[in-house]
Amino acid sequence: MSGHTHHDHHDHDHDHPHPTQPDVDGPLTYHQRLEIAVRELMIEKGVLTADEVRRTVEAMDARSPAGGARVVARAWTDPAYKQTLMTDPSRALNQVGVEVGLYKLVVVENTDAVHNLVVCTLCSCYPRAILGLPPDWYKSRAYRSRAVREPRTVMAEFGLEIPDDVAVRVHDSTADMRYLVLPKRPKGTEGWSETRLAGIVTRDTMIGVAEARLP
Amino acid sequence: MSQARFGRGDRVRVRRADVPGHLRTPRYIRGHEGEVERICGFFANPEELAFNRHGLPRRALYRVRFRQADVWPDYDGPATDTIDVEIYEHWLEQA
Repeated sequence: MSGHTHHDHHDHDHDHPHPTQPDVDGPLTYHQRLEIAVRELMIEKGVLTADEVRRTVEAMDARSPAGGARVVARAWTDPAYKQTLMTDPSRALNQVGVEVGLYKLVVVENTDAVHNLVVCTLCSCYPRAILGLPPDWYKSRAYRSRAVREPRTVMAEFGLEIPDDVAVRVHDSTADMRYLVLPKRPKGTEGWSETRLAGIVTRDTMIGVAEARLP
Repeated sequence: MSQARFGRGDRVRVRRADVPGHLRTPRYIRGHEGEVERICGFFANPEELAFNRHGLPRRALYRVRFRQADVWPDYDGPATDTIDVEIYEHWLEQA
């Protein structure tokens, strides 16, 4: 691209072509057509309203990793809560007012000896109830196939080098479980409040491609 | 609901089956031997649910831990590295 700013565009003659963002209105896939047909039928028959559909999509899009971060921060500061989280995650989530969703959660803890990484090789199973929508890379074929086969290389590409004396445990979320990585609490956070701690627990630390660290 | 056939710590092998359908057993793990890490519970069989059937009786679901070095002959990492996969009981046999 040339070096001029967007503003400059309005001050010169358009004697050269500018690249345009391609439209994404190609032919619909089978499942897109099916979704539209079922949705329109249900609205026509009065089962749902268009506004209800919109509100549900809005609520799904609004989910964020904040719930997971709150759970991790509480586990870092309260040993009894951590015990509950490891043995009965549904109860632990309820205790902090995080909705569990349909699936059973498995919490895997990072320690000085073990690092956990989560992937779903078959599709993109992800603990949406506590982490929100998965990142695009999590759903990519490259991540799904490589995270099981060469997890250390994949993590290194995310900037995370795991030493050889730490075991890497990959969890393939193939069926009815969903996974939350409990990252290690970084040194230097002694005495921090739960809210402050939750601020450094990012989505990626709870998938396992990053470690929690000081800002 | 029946009893779970395997217990924590049991050695199991994933069936090397090649069947069509909506399977939850990834191909890369079929034929490999691992250890039951935990029993996850009993769930309606997703292979049936996918075709709008009821999926009953519920099936035991396990988390099985495999050594990466066993799964990938060219695995590049320490021998302690593992991969845990959720596998339904009807895909497992005693190792």
